[in-house]
Amino acid sequence: MKDDLILRVVSKLTMPFMLLFALYVQFHGDFGPGGGFQAGVIAAAAIVFYGITFGLAAAQRLVPEIVVERLLAAGVLLYAGVGLAGILLGGNYLDYFVLGADTVAGQHRGIFWVEAGVGLTVAGVMLKLFYMFASRGRDAGDA
Amino acid sequence: MLEHLAALIVVVPLVAAPLIVLVRSRRFAWIATTAASYLSLLFSVQLFWRVATLGPVSYAIGSWAPPWGIEYRVDALSSFVLVAVSLTASFVAPYAQRSIAREVARDRQYLMYAMYCLCLSGLLGIAITGDAFNLFVFLEISSLASYVLVALGPRRQSLMAAYQYMLMGTVGATFYVIGVGLLYLMTGTLNLADMAQRLPGVPDVRPVLVALAFITVGIGLKLALFPLHQWLPNAYAYAPSMATAFLAATATKVSVYVLLRFYFGVFDPARLFEHLPTREVFVALSLAAMVAASLVAVFEQDVKRLFAYSSVAQIGYITLGIGVDNQASLTGSIVHLLNHGVTKGAIFLLLGGVALRAGAAAVRLETLAGLGRRMPLTALGLALAGLSLVGVPGTAGFITKWYLVVGALERGWWWVVAAILASSLIALAYVWRVLEAAYLRPPAASAARGEAPAPMLAAGMAMTALCVYFGFETSFSAGGAADAAALLLRGLR
Amino acid sequence: MSVVGANYSYWITIVLMVGGMYILIARGNLLKKLLGLAVLQSSVYLLYIAPGKLIGGTAPIIAEGYAVYSNPLPHVLILTAIVVGVATLALGLAIVVRIREAYGSIEEEEILARDRADDDEAR
Repeated sequence: MKDDLILRVVSKLTMPFMLLFALYVQFHGDFGPGGGFQAGVIAAAAIVFYGITFGLAAAQRLVPEIVVERLLAAGVLLYAGVGLAGILLGGNYLDYFVLGADTVAGQHRGIFWVEAGVGLTVAGVMLKLFYMFASRGRDAGDA
Repeated sequence: MLEHLAALIVVVPLVAAPLIVLVRSRRFAWIATTAASYLSLLFSVQLFWRVATLGPVSYAIGSWAPPWGIEYRVDALSSFVLVAVSLTASFVAPYAQRSIAREVARDRQYLMYAMYCLCLSGLLGIAITGDAFNLFVFLEISSLASYVLVALGPRRQSLMAAYQYMLMGTVGATFYVIGVGLLYLMTGTLNLADMAQRLPGVPDVRPVLVALAFITVGIGLKLALFPLHQWLPNAYAYAPSMATAFLAATATKVSVYVLLRFYFGVFDPARLFEHLPTREVFVALSLAAMVAASLVAVFEQDVKRLFAYSSVAQIGYITLGIGVDNQASLTGSIVHLLNHGVTKGAIFLLLGGVALRAGAAAVRLETLAGLGRRMPLTALGLALAGLSLVGVPGTAGFITKWYLVVGALERGWWWVVAAILASSLIALAYVWRVLEAAYLRPPAASAARGEAPAPMLAAGMAMTALCVYFGFETSFSAGGAADAAALLLRGLR
Repeated sequence: MSVVGANYSYWITIVLMVGGMYILIARGNLLKKLLGLAVLQSSVYLLYIAPGKLIGGTAPIIAEGYAVYSNPLPHVLILTAIVVGVATLALGLAIVVRIREAYGSIEEEEILARDRADDDEAR
C-alpha cells in the first residue's frame, strides 16, 4: 500500500491527531470517560495505521521493537512503583490517600500515575502484538 | 515494614518480571528470579509464624477497608500454602540457570525467567487474596504464565500441549468467574468472608447451587480432578524441566486451596456435605483417579508422562481427604499439598538432570538404563522420592496416607482404606519399573556418565532430603496442616 | 412470555455460553476453537454487565437531579476480565501461529496423527 498516494497523505495527516486524541483520552480520564486502557490502544492504533500503510519495517524504524518491550515493562514498574510509594509514605500498598497534601489531591495524583503506567503498558502490548503477528508470516515465506 | 509483608510477598516477584524484561540480560534475570524466590520464602515463613502466634492477618489494599476494598487475608490455611509454594520456588530458582540455558533458545531465556516470576506472583496472590474476583485475576496471571512456560518447551509437541492446557485452563477460569458472577448477583459482595456471611440470607438458593457447580467444575479443571485431567500429562511431559518441576509442585496444589477456600469458607460446609452428594462425588472421583491414573502410569514408556499420570493419582489422594471430610482426612489433604509438592518437585528436578546428561528432550525408560552406576546420586534421589510416592514409612508420602487412613477409619469406610492400599501397590509397580531400569539394567555403551551440573543436582537432592525430613519431622508439615484443617472445620466464616 | 421477556439478557448469556462451548468442543480447527473460547468469555461479560444497569439509572457520577445510579463495579470487573480475555486470545493465536509453523497445519486431527507418527518412530 506504500504506493497509494491518498493513503500516504491521509495517514500522515491523521497520525498527529490520533496521538493527540490518545493524550486527551489519557489525561481526561479522571474527569470523564477515558483512561490508560483506551489511550494506550488509540496511541498504538496510530502506529499500527502507519505500519499498515508504509510497511512493518517503517513502523519498526519509527518505534523499534526494543523500545516497545521496554515501554511495556516500564509501565508495569510505574504502576507497582506508585503502590510502593504508598508504603514509603506511611500508607498501605497502592494507598493513594497519602500521596498528596490531602486525600483528594492524593487520590488525584495516584490515579494519574497509575493510569500513565497503564497507558504505557497497553500501548506497548498492543504494538508488540502487532509486530509479532505482522512479522510472522514473512519468516515462513507464505504471506 | 512487617505489616506490609502480605502485599510485598506478591509485589516482589511481580516487580521482578518487568525488571527482567527491562534489563534483558540472562545473568540479571537469574539473579532477580532467585532473589524474588528467596524473598518470598522469607516473607511467607515470617507470615506463617505471625499467623501461628498472633492469629490471621488482614491487609487492606489501598487502605480501602474490606469488604469494599480488596482484602489480603492470611490465615493458617493460606500461610501454609504460601510456605509450600515459596519453598518449591526456592529450590527451582537456583536450578533454573543451567536447566534453562540448555533447554531454551538464548534470545528467549529472559522471557522464561520473567514468566516464572509472574507465575510465582500469581500463585502467591491466589493464596493470599480474600477477594473472589482478585483471585480470578491472579489465577489467570499464573495460568497465562504457565501456558507460556509449557510452550517454551524444547519439542514441537510442547506447543500442542500448551494449546490444550490453555483451552482447558481458560474454560476452567471462565467457569469459575461465571460462578463468582452468580454469587455476586445474589450477595452483592466479592469479599469471601462477607459473601459467606450474606449467603445464608439469600432468598433463592438455586443460583447459589449453580454457582457451586460452576466453581467446582472450573476449579476441578484447574486442579486436574479426574476426569478433568486431560491437559496435565502432556503439559508436564513436554514443558522445560524447571517448569515441569515448578508447576507439578505448585499449580494444581494452589487450585486445591481455592476449592477448600470456597467449600469451607464461602458455602456452608454442613449443607454441602450433608444435603448434597458432595462427599459421594469426591470420594468416587478420587478413588477412580487413584486407581485408573496409576494404572495408566504403569504402562507408560515416557518417564515424565509416567510421573505426570502419577500426579493425577496423587491429586486423587488430596481430593479424597476433602470427600471424607473430617479432621484427620483434611489434615491428610492439606499436608499432601506440601508432601506431594516436595516429592514430585524432587523427581522432576532430578529427571531434568537426567535429560540434560542424556542430551535428549525425552526421558524414556531406556534412557534410565544403568542410571545407578552412571549417576548414582540422581538414582538414589529418584529411589527415595519414588518411595515417598508409594508411601513407605519414613517418607513424606507415608504421613499423608496415615492421616487419610485414620480419617477413613473414623468414618468406618474400610473400603477406602483398601483402595488406598491398592493404589499404593500400583504406585509401587510404576516406581519399580523406574528403579528396575535404573539399577538392574546395564547402561547403554553410548550413555554419558557423570552427575548433572552441581546446582541442579544440589537442588534435586535437597528436595529429596525434604521428602525424608517431612517423613520424620512433622511438626511444621502435619502440625501446620492440622491447624488449617481445624480452622476449616470450625468454619472459616 | 414474561420469563423470556423480562430476563432476556440472561437468555442471550446462556445462548452465547452454550454456543461458545459447542464451538470449542465440536470444531477440530485450532483457530475456530479459540473463537469459541472468545464467545464463551463474552457471555461472562454480559452476565456481569447486564444486571449492573438499573432501569432509569444514570452514570455513577454524583450530580444534582439524579438519585438512581447504575452499579459501576461490574464494569470495572469486566474491564479487567476483557483484558484477561484479550491476553488469553493473543497468547492462543501466538501458539496457533507457531503450531502452524511447526506442523504445517492447524487441524487437530492432522497434528495429533503427526505426533503419533513421531512417537512410533521413537519406539
